[in-house]
Amino acid sequence: MASIPSPIHPDNLKAVQKIAEISGQNVYECMQCGTCSAVCPMVSSMGFTTRQGIHYLQFGEIEAVIDARIGEFCASCHTCVVRCPRGIDVPRVFEAVRQLVLRTNTDLIDLKTIPKDTMAEAPQIAFVSTFRKLTS
Amino acid sequence: MKLGYYPGCTLKTKAANLEQAAMAALDHLGIEFTELSRWNCCGAVFSLADDDLIHQVAPVRNLIRAAQQGCDTVVTICSQCYNTLARANKLVRDDAEKRDTLNRFMREEPDYDGGVEVVHYLSLLRDRVGWDKLRQAVTNPLTGLKVAPFYGCTLVRPEDVAIDAVDDEILEGFIAALGAEPASFTASRECCGSYQMLAHPEEGMARAAKVIAAANRSAADALILSCPLCEYNLGTRQGDVVAAHGGLEQVPTFYFTQLLGVALGLDPDLCRLDLNGPAARTLLTEKKYIAAATA
Amino acid sequence: MATKTATLTEKVAAKTVPIYIMGKKYEVPGALTIMKAMEYAGYQYIRGCGCRGGVCGACATVYRKVGDYKIYTGLACQTVVEPEMYLTQIPFYPANRAAYDFETAEPTAETVYQLYPELFRCVACNACTKVCPMDVEVLDYVSALKRGDLKAAAEISFDCIQCGLCASRCMGEMAQYHIAQLARRLQGGKLAPKAGHLEKMCTEIDGGAFDDLLAELKTMNEDELKKVYTEREMEPHMGAEEWTPASDVGLA
Repeated sequence: MASIPSPIHPDNLKAVQKIAEISGQNVYECMQCGTCSAVCPMVSSMGFTTRQGIHYLQFGEIEAVIDARIGEFCASCHTCVVRCPRGIDVPRVFEAVRQLVLRTNTDLIDLKTIPKDTMAEAPQIAFVSTFRKLTS
Repeated sequence: MKLGYYPGCTLKTKAANLEQAAMAALDHLGIEFTELSRWNCCGAVFSLADDDLIHQVAPVRNLIRAAQQGCDTVVTICSQCYNTLARANKLVRDDAEKRDTLNRFMREEPDYDGGVEVVHYLSLLRDRVGWDKLRQAVTNPLTGLKVAPFYGCTLVRPEDVAIDAVDDEILEGFIAALGAEPASFTASRECCGSYQMLAHPEEGMARAAKVIAAANRSAADALILSCPLCEYNLGTRQGDVVAAHGGLEQVPTFYFTQLLGVALGLDPDLCRLDLNGPAARTLLTEKKYIAAATA
Repeated sequence: MATKTATLTEKVAAKTVPIYIMGKKYEVPGALTIMKAMEYAGYQYIRGCGCRGGVCGACATVYRKVGDYKIYTGLACQTVVEPEMYLTQIPFYPANRAAYDFETAEPTAETVYQLYPELFRCVACNACTKVCPMDVEVLDYVSALKRGDLKAAAEISFDCIQCGLCASRCMGEMAQYHIAQLARRLQGGKLAPKAGHLEKMCTEIDGGAFDDLLAELKTMNEDELKKVYTEREMEPHMGAEEWTPASDVGLA
């Protein structure tokens, strides 16, 4: 029987594997119901929705998800994971995408852009969490 | 059963108004605790990468400190610290290999065996004191105060560290025990914007605006919080949020521990209302829960 | 006595150990410090070689031992060589030092946060503490600063000699020692109580309490000065003028 060509490029399959390694999640379990997008408090700031993001990841299109800045705008609220009917740990998936950028020694925000007033006023946990999530 | 207290970086300075009344209340309610010594910053957020262990070192080292100091339970008040410590604890309890790697990396510390329990202050109140006993200890009930309970994210998600199942309504129970009326508040478990207030301020403020709008719709007199980042986004920055988004009314914000202190009749100075916006003290004095401040 | 000294020298020179400097192997006397061993091997320190007394931090050294994965650190002027030591020398590790005006700087933790926001990138890995040649508890003072305690940070970092090894290992890319120095300056210069007796003495000096004495000394010649010096009031001698070790003190 002839083998069926996969629409997914082998390099992209490697990318899916990488996401799975870092997140421990199998993006192919997603049935695209859209609940994660519906509950996401930051979805309107993202280039496309979290549901679409998972779909892109199913095709291994990591660059598109990075460009949509899903991982950057995510606030780690975890509403998506408690609502996902398949129990996919969506925050871990987008953390993996974020890590793929951060681990190339690239920061997603510049510390120097935080105003001095904010540095004096905001609680320490604000800085610690921001820098942990968005700087390498 | 020795109870250790883990404050976290923020509670000693910026969020002294979360800590001071809380500690005085524990004394008042007869719960003994000792602040852990030599604790370090827990990292505020739990690392979500499977292959990352370095970011688990900070929270696990605090659990080692607790064990070293003879505590089998650690209580914390900052929601982010609670979430990070509880999830790190679960990680090392469930994964022996990761626990071993962390113990070997921290060879300058004794090994951690997962023996410490991490609890949030609200759980402690509910489970060790109970709402009935708390109600009896209240000498200055906050009658007539309509309070919107804001849980935020980190106290209730993910499910394995949630301080209550959705139906338990721990904050509503707490509010009722103080003699106040919990407001029906649609945004009670939504995100305040978290660190996005720093990383992407416009988007962070838009999120905070939604929470304030919901608080306005609930007709609450006040909003109570547990987390210093929620207080920053919804309290300290409320003026900016309201200015940037039309149709919002300002609503005073309190930490739940401040209202606890007032209801228990503790010295209002301990509640550090000076660190809230002026509307907080004004509300409490107008409703006669505390005397007006003398110059 | 001369014979004994020669014997000691010979004994010391005979005990050499193999070390590696910049990848090349040398046999050096085993009782030498890293700094002296490198000079023995022919290296010359022409700049920034430091106080040689363990307090300036210029000679911080990272080394390994052949066959051992661990990273070791020490001050070259204080650390005695060991067999199979693998040394490289770096002049200093680049570090961020914020520019500020001390006179107008507020003595608060917020000043530190504004000048060094990278403080909050600490992940509490403890690599800094492990690498410190002065046994300073670096993580503890970083933690103290994060929770707003300038005084504790100043006290814990007191022994720091600004060698920069902590910065070289920091995952958060902080220069911990510069941040701690700011904390110590703010604490010592603006928060700690002033030494009243010091101020009093300075006032007395400014008021001319020692002017006559100094004027008198300035009129004296060398012999008169020597006489005044040797006849000065001082504690009595407690022991003999010369002293030599009782035995070979383990050099056999």
